[in-house]
Amino acid sequence: MSAIQPPSNRLWWKEPIERVEVTWIVVAFIWCLFLFFMMPYWHVFGKQNLANEAYRTSPDRFTAKTEEMVAKYRVREEVGLNDEKIPVVRPPAGADVYLIARLWKWWPILELEEGQSYRLHLMSLDWLHGFSLQPENINIQIHPNYEHILTVQPTRAGTYNIVCNEYCGINHHQMVSKLYVVAKK
Amino acid sequence: MAVNRMFRTCPTTGLRIHQPAESLIWANAVAAVVFLLVGGILALLVTLTRWQAVHLLPADWFYLVLTGHGLNMLVFWIIFFEIAVLYFAGSTLLGCRLATPKLGWVGFGLMLVGALMNNYAVFIRQDSSVMFTSYAPMQAHWSFYLGLILFAVGALIGCFIFLGTLVIGKAERTYNGSIPLVTFGGLTACIIAIFTIASGAVILIPTFMWSIGLVGHIDSLMYRQVWWAFGHSSQQINVSAQVAVWYAVAAIVFGAKPMSEKVSRTAFLLYILFITIASAHHLLVDPGLTSNWKILNTSYAFYLAVLASMVHGLTVPGSIEVAQRGKGFTRGLFEWLRKAPWSNPAFSGVFMSIIGFGFLGGISGVIIGTEQLNLILHNTIYVPGHFHATVVIGTTLAFMAVTYFVIPVVFRRELMFPGMAKWQPYVFAAGMTMVALFMMGAGTLGVPRRHWDITFSGNPLGFEFPGTAFLMMALMAIGGLLAIVGGAMYILVTVCSVFLGKRIETPGFHLVRAREGVARPPVAPVAGALTGHGAGTHAWSAPGTFSLALVFLVSFVLYYFINWKYLSTVWPLK
Repeated sequence: MSAIQPPSNRLWWKEPIERVEVTWIVVAFIWCLFLFFMMPYWHVFGKQNLANEAYRTSPDRFTAKTEEMVAKYRVREEVGLNDEKIPVVRPPAGADVYLIARLWKWWPILELEEGQSYRLHLMSLDWLHGFSLQPENINIQIHPNYEHILTVQPTRAGTYNIVCNEYCGINHHQMVSKLYVVAKK
Repeated sequence: MAVNRMFRTCPTTGLRIHQPAESLIWANAVAAVVFLLVGGILALLVTLTRWQAVHLLPADWFYLVLTGHGLNMLVFWIIFFEIAVLYFAGSTLLGCRLATPKLGWVGFGLMLVGALMNNYAVFIRQDSSVMFTSYAPMQAHWSFYLGLILFAVGALIGCFIFLGTLVIGKAERTYNGSIPLVTFGGLTACIIAIFTIASGAVILIPTFMWSIGLVGHIDSLMYRQVWWAFGHSSQQINVSAQVAVWYAVAAIVFGAKPMSEKVSRTAFLLYILFITIASAHHLLVDPGLTSNWKILNTSYAFYLAVLASMVHGLTVPGSIEVAQRGKGFTRGLFEWLRKAPWSNPAFSGVFMSIIGFGFLGGISGVIIGTEQLNLILHNTIYVPGHFHATVVIGTTLAFMAVTYFVIPVVFRRELMFPGMAKWQPYVFAAGMTMVALFMMGAGTLGVPRRHWDITFSGNPLGFEFPGTAFLMMALMAIGGLLAIVGGAMYILVTVCSVFLGKRIETPGFHLVRAREGVARPPVAPVAGALTGHGAGTHAWSAPGTFSLALVFLVSFVLYYFINWKYLSTVWPLK
C-alpha cells in the first residue's frame, strides 16, 4: 500500500526497519550530536562568542554614559549625513565604550587600537537596529532598553563601517557609520 | 441539519471525493494562487529594486512592497494552500466526509477578510511598512494586526475541521487500520499549526491592543521571542505539509510505498516534539538571553528536527527507488532515477524540491542556526537566501508540483498548455536556485537584507561593498526574473486549466452516498502480508539514494567547517 492509503499491515509498527534507513539514521544522528557539541566546544576553545552580559536600562541613562565618554575621549569631529558633525572618540585600551543606535544614525564614531580589548556597550534609543561591522561581517542585534556588553578585540588596523542591518524605517539605508582601528604605537 | 453525504469516485485513482470538500479545496487553492500572483508581482518589484543597476522603486515604496511580498507569499499563499492540502489529506484520502463544511466556509471567509484587511493596511493606508516580522516598537496600523488575527482564526477553524474529519473517518469506518502516511503528515502540520497560531495569538493580540492604545508598552525582546514561536513554527507547518506532499507524489506517480511506516511517522513526530523551541534561531545575537538557553533551544534539543528532515530526505527518494527497481530499472546505482518520468511536472517538481530543500535550504539553515556562526550571517541577505531555498524551492515548488495532480483529479479539468507545464518546474527551480545561491553569496560579503540602497544614498560615512557583492545581487536579480517567469507559467497553466480547461467527463463517474463508501470490515493480517512489505525482502534496497545521501552529508560537513574557519578569522569577541 502506498503513502496515500492506510498501511496494509495493520501492525506496521512491528515491521523491521530497512537496513539502509537504520544506517542513515545512525550516521545522521551522530552528525546531529556533533553539530550540537560544536557550540559548547567553541565556547571553551573558540575566540568568537557573545558574552551573556546585558542590562535593562533606559535611553536617558545610556545617553548620559555615552555623552560622558564622548566628553572625555573626543579627539576630533567628522561630517556625516546632512553636514551633521559627529564626534570621534578614542578611548584607552580596556575602556568601556558606548555606541548609540538611533533613527537613523550611530553615535559617536569610535577609534580603537589594534590588538587591544574594549568593553563595547550597544543599545538602541528607539527601535530595533542591527550592528553590522563591515567588511569584518560581525552582526549583532540591538534592542531598545537592553544594554548589551561584549568584549571586542580588533585584530587589524583599518577603516571599518557599521551598517544597520535591521530594518528601522524609511531612512534605514542611510544608517551607516565608520569605525577606525589604528595601529599600535 | 442535513448532512451532505454525496461523494463521487474518481475512476483513475479510486479516490472518493466529498462534494463540499471538493468545493472548499477548490476555493482555498484558488485563493492561494491569487495571493501567489500578488506576491509574484511584488517579487518582481523587489527584485528590480535590489538589482542596484536598475533600482526601480523609491525607498518608501520598496519597504512597502517588501512588506507586502513577505505577507502575501509566506502567509496568504502558503496557508491557503495548506488548508486545501489538509482538506484533501483528511477528507479525500480517507474517503470520508468533511466535518462541518459550512464552518469551513466561515473559516475561508475569515481568512479572506483577514488577508484583504492586512493588504489594505499595507497598500491602501500605506502606513504599515513594518515588514513581515512587524517588530515592536515599530508600529503598524491596527488593521495590519487585526487582519493577521482574523486570518489566523480562519486557519485555526480549518485545522479543527481537519481534526473533526479524522474523527468522522474513524467513527464511520471509511478506512481500515491507521490513517495513511500522507494524512499523518497533514496531522503533524495541523498540530504544529495549532501551536503556531496560539503563539501568534499570544503576541499579535497584545500588539493589536498596543496599536489602538490599550497596552502601553511592548518589550522588543519579548516580542521577538514570542513572535518567532509563531514565525518560525509556521515554517515547520510548511515543512510537514511539503514532506506530506513529497510522499503523496511518490505514491501517486510511482505507486511507491513508504520504506517503513514506523521510521517516516517517527520522523514526523520529531517535528512536533521539537518545534516549539524554534524561536531561538532568531535570537542568537540578541542581548539578554544566555548561551545555555540559546544552544539548547536553537539545536531543537540536539538537532532532532534536523534529523527528521534528513530521514525524510532519504526515505522519500528511497521509496521511489524501491518502486522503480521493482519495475525493472535495476541497472547501476541510478537507472531508476535516469528513467524516472522527468517530463511529468508533478515528479520533477517534487524531486527538485527535495534536492533544493536539502542541499540549499537545509544546510544553510543549520549554519545560520548555529549560535556562533550566526554572528557572521545574522540579518545579512544570506538569511533570505536560506529561506527562499526552504520555503520557495522546498514548499512552493512541492505545492506547485502537486497542483498538476490535483487539477485533473479533484477539479476534473484537463491541464492546458501541457508543454509549458512540463517546463515550469525547471524554470522556476533554476531561477530560485540562483536567487538562493547568490543571496547567500552576497550575505557572506555582508550585504544586509531589507535594505533599499547598499550604496547608502550618499552618506559620507557609507561603506563601499566590494564589486563582487554588486555582481552577486545582479545575478540574484536575473535568477529572480527567471523564477518570476516560472511562477507566471504556473499561474497561467493553473488558472487557465481550472477555469477554461476541458472538463473531464468520465464514464465511471457516479455519486455515492457515504454509507456506500464505508470500508469493508478489516481482514486479519495474514502472515504473508508481512513478507510482502519492504522490510526484510531487500538487503540494501536503495543504494542509489543512499549514495546521494552520502554526497549530501559530505557537502554538509565541508560547508559547515568552511563557515567555522571563516568565523575563526574575525575579531575575537567575548
